[in-house]
Amino acid sequence: MSRRVSIAYLVGLGLLLLAPMFIYPILVMKVLCFALFACAFNLLLGYTGLLSFGHAVFLGSAAYVTGHALKVWELPTLLGLLAGTGAATLLGWVIGSLAIRRQGIYFAMVTLALAQMVFFFFLQAPFTGGEDGLQGVPRGTLFGLDLADDIKLYYLVLAIFAGAFWLIQRTIHSPFGQILKAIRENEPRAISLGYDVAQYKLLAFVLSAGLAGLAGATKTLVFKFATLTDAHWHTSGEVVLMTLLGGMGTVFGPVVGATVIVTLQNELADKVGSLVTVIMGAIFVICVLAFRRGIVGESIALYQRMIGQKR
Amino acid sequence: MTEIFGIPLQALLGQLMLGLVNGSFYAMLSLGLAVIFGMLNIINFAHGALYMTGAMLAWIFLEYLGVGYWWSLLLAPVCVGLIGIAIERLMLQWLYKLDHLYGLLLTFGLALMIEGLFRDLYGVAGQPYSIPEELSGAFNLGFMFLPKYRAWIVVASLSVCLLTWYLIERTRLGAYLRAATENPRLTQAFGINVPLMVMLTYGFGVGLAGFAGVLAAPASQVGPLMGSNLIIVVFAVVVIGGMGSILGSVVTGLGLGIIEGMTKVFWPEASATVVFMIMAVVLMIRPAGLFGREK
Repeated sequence: MSRRVSIAYLVGLGLLLLAPMFIYPILVMKVLCFALFACAFNLLLGYTGLLSFGHAVFLGSAAYVTGHALKVWELPTLLGLLAGTGAATLLGWVIGSLAIRRQGIYFAMVTLALAQMVFFFFLQAPFTGGEDGLQGVPRGTLFGLDLADDIKLYYLVLAIFAGAFWLIQRTIHSPFGQILKAIRENEPRAISLGYDVAQYKLLAFVLSAGLAGLAGATKTLVFKFATLTDAHWHTSGEVVLMTLLGGMGTVFGPVVGATVIVTLQNELADKVGSLVTVIMGAIFVICVLAFRRGIVGESIALYQRMIGQKR
Repeated sequence: MTEIFGIPLQALLGQLMLGLVNGSFYAMLSLGLAVIFGMLNIINFAHGALYMTGAMLAWIFLEYLGVGYWWSLLLAPVCVGLIGIAIERLMLQWLYKLDHLYGLLLTFGLALMIEGLFRDLYGVAGQPYSIPEELSGAFNLGFMFLPKYRAWIVVASLSVCLLTWYLIERTRLGAYLRAATENPRLTQAFGINVPLMVMLTYGFGVGLAGFAGVLAAPASQVGPLMGSNLIIVVFAVVVIGGMGSILGSVVTGLGLGIIEGMTKVFWPEASATVVFMIMAVVLMIRPAGLFGREK
């Protein structure tokens, strides 16, 4: 890893450590959860070239399982988080093994349709509370820390985010990650080189689903509720937008994209009401037409052009 | 009274009819998706939103301009088609050289915009649209009552599907179209204006969605959200049927509608998810879809 990137990491971490002193911690935690969600999604879209249009279902299922485990089974917080993440990983394995049977555009449609099926299940199942959602989930304690305090919870969420982010970085730069990139660039060639492409795709899918689940489980802890919105296809669209806007296939892109979108939604919600959807749609259209590398991707390109001119 | 598996025959036939009605919509929408995909290589996510636009336009025409159902049935699809042509000229045409996924993303953004706009203007609640006088009431078939409007939906949509099939498979224009789908550059070299055909194909495909929307208006509430859930089911229909053949889309659409209707009778809890379950099974047994070819 180059020194410049390491410095960027340290500066980012430092800012996040100080953030709750200046910004409402719940908002920063929301950003961190969605940033983790988007990073997990980027592992699949940006590095493996698979567009899943049903990723919200992993966020939502983990949110429900964690909520149920903490509220009804009264499990300790740590086990609750693990249960949610585990459930999403398992669901990722089931949906992933079906979806990787089709390529490209069909893959997107299959994931969307399967996610919708699970959504209907959540709508009808008794343990999710239907339209009302699962409310009043206790945060509990972790290693003797009382998580009811927003600041203490903030540092736990930050630790989870940093750990998961590190894991994703390790994955991308590992030999496994290189093979994923090879599949993205040229699948037939990866097959002819002797790689079991289906297995690699499935593993990437399961990993991405599990990390999306971790984001969902953490989110339940932050907001103390889990609702159908988490599993709705609108949320699946949102995570695509975050990744696209920030820059798919870049390390920091999804984090930037998630920050921008969550902040925008937070700012706009009271001012324009239902026009928020129109604005999100418009950002989508503009990104696809004129801004395909995203904020981070375009910045890198601009920086490289400037260096090139100097030489 | 006659019963089959403990279900009264009338209820069974009623659900069968409802299934056929839903199937007609699946058929029309998946046909439009297939025609667009064949030519543009784009999965049109905005299809559901444009279907909703067709229904909303019919309602707006009636509410503000006093234009009745029959004129709407003609005018609304044309308007939706024109909107489609504008979308193709202004946006989609810049994406043909890129990965197909960008087309999906762009039309997804458009779907959000259209849906959000109507939601902002007219609220989430549905508006009622009354059945035209000529088609209200029901036929008495002796063993059941058949509402005239439901019969009309099935007849109208099957006629439109058949017409589309004839247009594409049996006319000169259709031959050009198929040639352009197979090999656009060669077709262009023969002096056929391929970009024009692409534009008209998209306009026609979304026009079909608009037509389906107007047909649906009196059968259900007209509201901004009527398209978005439907389109996901239609995606599943498309995955099950494959997008290889026109008749394949129609048969798959109708068949799944009927299966869904029957599920409502025998296993009501699963009626919302049965199409997705069938899709999962088809993916396991025949990944390319029932009428699809492995590429």
